[in-house]
Amino acid sequence: MSSQSWTGRARRATLEKFKPEDLLPEEQPAYVASWVYVFGVATIAALVMLIASGLVLTLNGPAWWHTSSVGHYVNSVHLWSVELFFVFMVVHLWGKFWMAAWRGRRLATWITGVVAFMASIMTAFTGYLIQTNFDSQWIASEAKDGFNSMGIGAYFNALNTGQAILLHVSLLPLALGGIVAWHIILVRRKGVVPPIDNDVTIEGSSK
Amino acid sequence: MQLALINLNHPAHYFSFGPFAISGGNLAIIIAMCVIFIAALFIPFPHSNNFSQDDKKEDRK
Amino acid sequence: MMKVDPAKKWSGPMRPYDLVKEIVVAIVVIGLLACGLAALFSSPDEKAVTLKSWVTAAPADFAQVATGELAGTTGSAGYGAPYNTAAKGQHFGFIKLQDWAGVRIPINPANSFVVEPLLISNDATAIAAVNTWKAATADQRGKWANAYEGALTKAGDKTTLPDPNNSFGPVPAMIDGLSMMAASGALDGALLTSDSTLPTNFTKPMLFLADSDGYFGALATKQHLGGDQWGVMNETGSWPGQSWLWLFSFWYQIDPFKSSDNADTIIMLIMALLTLALMFLPLLPIIRRIPYKIPVHRLIWRNWYRSPASKQ
Repeated sequence: MSSQSWTGRARRATLEKFKPEDLLPEEQPAYVASWVYVFGVATIAALVMLIASGLVLTLNGPAWWHTSSVGHYVNSVHLWSVELFFVFMVVHLWGKFWMAAWRGRRLATWITGVVAFMASIMTAFTGYLIQTNFDSQWIASEAKDGFNSMGIGAYFNALNTGQAILLHVSLLPLALGGIVAWHIILVRRKGVVPPIDNDVTIEGSSK
Repeated sequence: MQLALINLNHPAHYFSFGPFAISGGNLAIIIAMCVIFIAALFIPFPHSNNFSQDDKKEDRK
Repeated sequence: MMKVDPAKKWSGPMRPYDLVKEIVVAIVVIGLLACGLAALFSSPDEKAVTLKSWVTAAPADFAQVATGELAGTTGSAGYGAPYNTAAKGQHFGFIKLQDWAGVRIPINPANSFVVEPLLISNDATAIAAVNTWKAATADQRGKWANAYEGALTKAGDKTTLPDPNNSFGPVPAMIDGLSMMAASGALDGALLTSDSTLPTNFTKPMLFLADSDGYFGALATKQHLGGDQWGVMNETGSWPGQSWLWLFSFWYQIDPFKSSDNADTIIMLIMALLTLALMFLPLLPIIRRIPYKIPVHRLIWRNWYRSPASKQ
């Protein structure tokens, strides 16, 4: 039955595009056998740690960690998760570059990865803005010039701590989570790119 | 409220060369990143020599 | 050698894989790593500064900057959009994004940082001085404030100066009053609550504070946080910072950018362009060929290339 209802179209455009074994596979092409492949999942694991530690930090308000040793420790977990997150993401990016992983109609996968990187930078930046300490004051006072010079500062005011807090805990993580989910779905749908030189076309079709 | 085994709450050491200047902390992160990438390239992956289709019983981890 | 179309689903040999196990193991390992690093190194928390801590630590700098707000010589007084129309703002050729965005956060530093806070103080002398200031012409105010700012700068560490030639008008009394208000902590509250009684917006006190090179700027320079010190990627103490901003930070270290009045605009535009380049890297000639020319992939897939399956 292929009705023209919106629901039917939505189902065909999403659920029916996937076989369950593509989404949660129990086997991979034989060439997927290198430690280089673990950095995507390591980045996701660091993101899970970021969200978990970040949610704990939200429970008692933005200034809690200045006065509580538990709060400070959770803040430290959040900070080191950020450092790990970016380390793994950049190593993942390097790996995918050297594999020319955009071959075989995987351009959208590459682009969503770069957008995720940019969204991560903005999310991390707003995190630095809401530390409510000297570092955040200085970063805000410097960053406002950068944003103002682009006409962005009139809408995103780095000196407005309340705005930065809400962006950091709502819109930006939602956007990042969404783009990461899209990226992963594309990877699962297209499969892992085969080795270079095994291509039919030497250039590889990237479009 | 610093409960750290290694205290980093002191002025950083900076490495400079020409227009470049980098703090010890950032340099450590960037070196770690390069080491991790190179290690991932060279360290053999467990069971990566099984390429026959009949070898599915072998678990990877 | 086996040829496959990378756009088609792989039909060659497979190996066992356990996706759920992989993500669970990764979360446990990375979680332990993050918790361990947090216990080992903790995280930085350099206490925030206030107008009170500023006037306490550097009273002469405070007096000079406050007088500068009246004279219109500080960074925020001469800023332009989005705060005021004192300048055209940064541009790149005909691209004047800062100016085009307009004054959306209107702030008149002389009024917002000095005059209005003094009017809600209990200081009769200062209020009388403010009334004299408000009654004077703009030209007269400028003369008073410029004369006092020049004298304070020349005097160095002095916070208040006598006025033998009667050339400073009400300015010394206003600055004395503002300094006292700041020392009591009342000025922090006054600037913060001027627009909202339960504020989360620090624009006014932060803009005032950011006009201070002698205190606020000096604290940052000491921590290597200045823009020309790669400060964008640095952190207080010895912790690592936002090292992923290295390329953004880099442009501020070299000419012609570091000496340009439009450095922010130009560097933001360059970074926007480079971001687009990274995004569409798979379409860029030469660069997209690098992974073929420098065969790191031979290392990544070395077992595969050696296997009989790849040669079928």
